[in-house]
Amino acid sequence: MSAAIPAMTTVAEPRRIEPPYMPAATTEPTWVRLSLIGIALLFSVLFLLIPLAAVFVEALKKGWEAYAMAIMDDDALSAIRLTLLTAAIAVPANLVFGVAASWAIAKFDFRGKSLLLTLIDLPFSVSPVISGLIYVLLFGAHGWFGAWLLEHDIQILFAVPGIVLATIFVTFPFVARELIPLMQTQGNEEEEAALVLGASGWRTFWHVTLPNIKWGLLYGVILCNARAMGEFGAVSVVSGHIRGETNTMPLQVEILYNEYNFAAAFSVASLLALLALVTLALKTFIESRLDHGEDTDPEEHTK
Amino acid sequence: MESLAPFRQKSHAKDFMNINKSALSRPFSGNRVLPGFQLTLGFTLLYLCLIVLFPLSALLLNTLSMTWEAFWQTVSSPRVVASYKLSFGASLAAASVNAVFGTILAWVLVRYQFPGKKLLDAFVDLPFALPTAVAGIALTALYASNGWLGQHLAKFDIKVAFTPLGVAVALVFIGLPFVVRTVQPVLEDSEKELEEAAACLGANRLQTFLRVILPTIFPAVLTGFALAFARALGEYGSVIFIAGNMPMVSEITPLLIITKLEQYDYKGATAIAVVMLGASFVMLLAINLLQAWMRNNSTKERK
Repeated sequence: MSAAIPAMTTVAEPRRIEPPYMPAATTEPTWVRLSLIGIALLFSVLFLLIPLAAVFVEALKKGWEAYAMAIMDDDALSAIRLTLLTAAIAVPANLVFGVAASWAIAKFDFRGKSLLLTLIDLPFSVSPVISGLIYVLLFGAHGWFGAWLLEHDIQILFAVPGIVLATIFVTFPFVARELIPLMQTQGNEEEEAALVLGASGWRTFWHVTLPNIKWGLLYGVILCNARAMGEFGAVSVVSGHIRGETNTMPLQVEILYNEYNFAAAFSVASLLALLALVTLALKTFIESRLDHGEDTDPEEHTK
Repeated sequence: MESLAPFRQKSHAKDFMNINKSALSRPFSGNRVLPGFQLTLGFTLLYLCLIVLFPLSALLLNTLSMTWEAFWQTVSSPRVVASYKLSFGASLAAASVNAVFGTILAWVLVRYQFPGKKLLDAFVDLPFALPTAVAGIALTALYASNGWLGQHLAKFDIKVAFTPLGVAVALVFIGLPFVVRTVQPVLEDSEKELEEAAACLGANRLQTFLRVILPTIFPAVLTGFALAFARALGEYGSVIFIAGNMPMVSEITPLLIITKLEQYDYKGATAIAVVMLGASFVMLLAINLLQAWMRNNSTKERK
């Protein structure tokens, strides 16, 4: 048995790296293959590439000068600032939560773990509009805390704190979701070894756990950031659309578009589209690092 | 380990054995060798309650203050029912389109080699990375009667923008990655040997696909379909621009919540939100069951 396993892996190995050996019986006829590739490409061009290209073409329709003017507009700049501020609060908050949750869930065994996992995923299955609405019900003028907040002159709704809260809600699961499976497959041995050798808990985390999960962590942060900067529905409910004050970039896009100021709307939108492209590029890069880590890890353990 | 134990003092040996035992019972050891369980779990639960559970319970408790008649009257008024029909129908149509084309995309990405494959693979995630408002205005500009695609469709008397068809188009865009990303790993893991065996036994390629490949990937296709459908039900940002938002015709349910909120009809907004939340929970349950089926299917195959 033990001799058969290495023999099997050596047979399977080259097939994964080189273009697969395909006898005629297990591949499709050339015309089927070509038409499937054609359909896939046509569908992707129609639904992915053309919409993306349209953003940039529409943004530059009136030339570079108008483009620069639209972005340097005061309201647009304040929208950019607010979007950056929101992401700068929401992403670290969910990062800390994600690390804490994955440490508790992946490293320890306790009752109700699967329920906790479902609850962490919950914000993904709630409509963004509802994610905004729940904060209106809490902090709005007729909400649970509305009267108290009014008395103490604290503004949450239609102000930055509300926008940040709604953003934290919709991006809640991103980091935890990425880290939990990663930490579960890595197991506890390395941390246990560090502790047995006398390292403190924090030191173990910084020097053993963190290097192991850094790519997964970054992956979660990037996705979390993209959603935090691009969130529309939830933020639109709690923001109040005050120009130059509570408009994030996606909301600024909406306002400009509804005013038939299409070129300006697409100019601001093009910045968000660039963010999406950067996100995709980083994501692809990190995925290759994560795959790389998976490939080399078992070897390291057997050595 | 036993050979080491006699040289140690008894209490140390016991510790050592404990650690060893816990390491053996991976992945969930149940041991408390690692520190920080109470801290991280406590923080996780606190954060979860503050950000997610408490605000969501506010939504449910707010509905309790309504009488049943008032609740029913709100959620079954003709305009609201028309919006359910649109949201449900368009989501179903979009998820179906994605199930077919997403499977083809996944198939092409896993099985075939062609130039630009890696780029296409990365671009599939564009709908996750592109802010929904940007997607919304881009699709509207494309499918409007003077847009790149709309003007050609107008020749055939097909109107997309500002009709229910436009809603479906936006939802196809939003749901595109789900089916691809659930089917892709299953296809990658599927065993070529089974197909070879089918071919050896005299099956032609179509028979092999229908009888061998399709049963393997079907749970994944269905899971991707359910994920796309669930996302489409709650989608707001990409839809409101292209929908035209005519009452009774092209008004989606999430938009009705916003409309009620703008009229300060908090109760009405809450009632509709609760119906939507119920639908999301049903979908969440269905998806969890499908994923369990998927896991079963793949473990059976391994044996």
